[in-house]
Amino acid sequence: MSDVFIAFQANEESRPVIDAIVADNPHAVLSHPTGLVKVNAPNALTIRRETIEGLIGRSFDLQQIHVNLVTISGYIDEDDDQLTLSWKH
Amino acid sequence: MDTRVTSKKLGLKERYAAMTRGLGWETTYQPMDKVFPYDKYEGIKIHDWDKWQDPFRLTMEAYWKYQGEKEKKLYAVIEAFAQNNGQLGVTDARYINALKIFIQGVTPLEYYAHRGFAHVGRQFTGEGARVAAQMQSVDELRHYQTETHAISHYNKHFNGMHHSNHWFDRVWYLSVPKSFFEDACTGGPFEFLTAVSFSFEYVLTNLLFVPFMSGAANNGDMSTVTFGFSAQSDESRHMTLGIECIKFLLEQDPDNVPIVQRWIDKWFWRGYRLLSIVAMMQDYMLPKRVMSWKEAWEMYAEESGGALFKDLARYGIREPAGWKQACEGKAHISHQTWNAFYNYNAAAPIHTWVPSDEELNWLSEKYPESFDQYYRPRLEHFREQQQAGNRFYSKTLPMLCNTCQIPMIFTEEGDASQICYRESDYKAYKYHFCSDHCKSIFDHEPEKYVQSWLPVHQVYQGNCFKPGTDPTAEGFDPLMAVLDFYEMNVGRDNFDFEGSEDQKNFAAWKGDTK
Repeated sequence: MSDVFIAFQANEESRPVIDAIVADNPHAVLSHPTGLVKVNAPNALTIRRETIEGLIGRSFDLQQIHVNLVTISGYIDEDDDQLTLSWKH
Repeated sequence: MDTRVTSKKLGLKERYAAMTRGLGWETTYQPMDKVFPYDKYEGIKIHDWDKWQDPFRLTMEAYWKYQGEKEKKLYAVIEAFAQNNGQLGVTDARYINALKIFIQGVTPLEYYAHRGFAHVGRQFTGEGARVAAQMQSVDELRHYQTETHAISHYNKHFNGMHHSNHWFDRVWYLSVPKSFFEDACTGGPFEFLTAVSFSFEYVLTNLLFVPFMSGAANNGDMSTVTFGFSAQSDESRHMTLGIECIKFLLEQDPDNVPIVQRWIDKWFWRGYRLLSIVAMMQDYMLPKRVMSWKEAWEMYAEESGGALFKDLARYGIREPAGWKQACEGKAHISHQTWNAFYNYNAAAPIHTWVPSDEELNWLSEKYPESFDQYYRPRLEHFREQQQAGNRFYSKTLPMLCNTCQIPMIFTEEGDASQICYRESDYKAYKYHFCSDHCKSIFDHEPEKYVQSWLPVHQVYQGNCFKPGTDPTAEGFDPLMAVLDFYEMNVGRDNFDFEGSEDQKNFAAWKGDTK
C-alpha cells in the first residue's frame, strides 16, 4: 500500500484546506518541511469543498487551491465538490 | 407572461468538456493525417482519444485567473526583496554560485520546454492533450521569466549571471542541459511527453526543485524560495500531465508498452546524468546544508520512484534499465562532478573552492562508504597546492560522452577507482560513452547522435573562436581565445572563490574586516 500526498505553502490561505483534509481523512499524517505543510495518507485522501466552507464561513471554489499547491502524488479525480487522490494498485 | 427559466449551471467536468474537448472537430477540408502529421509516426497506437482524462480541469478562464493571482503575489515579494537589499541576507557569497548554476543551466531549459510544449500542443489529435500541453507551454514561459526576474536582482551585485543566454549556446558544460532538451524536442510528440512530462516532470522533478529551493530557504535567499513555491503550483499540474499521459499510452494498446519502456529507460538515464550538476550544487555549494544528494536520492527517487513503478507494473512496465546503477552512483556523482568543475574553473563562469574542514567532515559523515576513501584525499591535496600558491586550472580539454556530453568523469558500477569507458563504431568513426546506458541510447538512433554539437570537438575544429582570430599568431593562447568566444569576464566570472570580486564585495557590504 503506497501513500498519496499533497503539499501546500504554509500560509493563512491553506490553513483551512489542511484542517479540512485532517477532519475528513482520519489516517492523514501532517509534516512541516520548510515553508510547507505536507499531508500523507495511505492509499487515498479527499478534499471536500463543503468542509472547507464550513471552516471559513463563506463559499469557496475548490480550484483556488491551485494558488498554494506545491506538489501532489497519486491519481486525481476532481469536480466542483471534491478532489480525491488515490493509488489504484 | 413568460416564466423566467434558469438553466442549471454546468458542473466542473461538463464546463471543462464544453470549453476544451467540445471545441475540437474532425477536419473535412483536409484529411486529419495532413492536419496532424506527427502523431502516428512513432508507432504509438491511439484507438480512443476520449479516454484521455484531464486530471486538472482548468478552463482558460480559470487558468488566467489563478496564474494572475500567483504573479501578483510573486512580484510583490521580488520587489520587496530588491527594495530591501535582500542579497545581503544570504548566508555566504559562495551560495550565489548555486544561483549561477541555476540561471545558466536550468532557466534556459524552461524556454526550451515552452517551445517544446507549444509544438506538441499543436500536434496531438486529442484536444485534452493539446489543451494541457498549451497551458504547460505558457507555464514554462512564465517560469523562464519569473526565474530571470527572481535572479536579476543578484545580477546587479554578483558576477557570473549577466550573459547566461549567450553562454548556454557555447559553454562546455551547458551543452549538457542544451543537448538534453534538444534531444527531447527533436523526438516525436509522444517521446517528448514521455521524456519531459513523465520522466523529468514526474519521476525526477523533486530532485531538481527540492535541492535548489530548500537550499535557497536555508541560505537566506527569499527571492528564489518565493519563485520556487510559486512555480511548484504549476509543477503539480505538470506532474499530473506526466502521469496521465503515461497511463493513457499504456492503456491504449499493448503494442505501446515496449516503445514507452524504451523511452523511459532512455530518459530516466539522460535525466539522471543531467542531475549530476544539481548533486554537486547540493553537496558543495550550499554553505548551510539541507541534506546530502544521497539522502535526496533515497527520498525522492528510491522511495517515491519505488511506489510509482510498483503501480505501473500492472501494464508490464519495469523500473528503468539504469535504475540500479543510478542508485549505486548516489554516493559518487556529486564528488566527481565538483572535481571536474574545480579543475576546469578557468573555463566556467562560476567560482569553486575547497570545502572547509567542517564541510569536509559533513561530507565524510554523509558518505561513509566513499568520501574518505576516494574524494577527501583529492580535496586536501588541492588545498595544500592552493596554500602553496599552486592553485592550478586545467588548460586542456576532456573527452566527452557522445550522448550526455558530460566529460568522462563517471566510474564503473561497484568500482569508483575505474573511469567507465564504452565505445561504438558507426560508419567511419568511433564514438565514446560514459556508460552502457549512454552507449545504448546512441546505438538505437546513431543517425541522430552523430549530429551532436560537442563543445570539445568544436573547439578542436576551430569553431569556437571569434571571427578574425588567428591561431598562428605569436603567443596565441587557445583557452583565452575560447573564453573570448564565450564572452566571459576573465578574472571576474571565473576562477576560485578565494580572491574573487564576489568575495571581496560581499565582505565589504557586510562590514567584515577579514
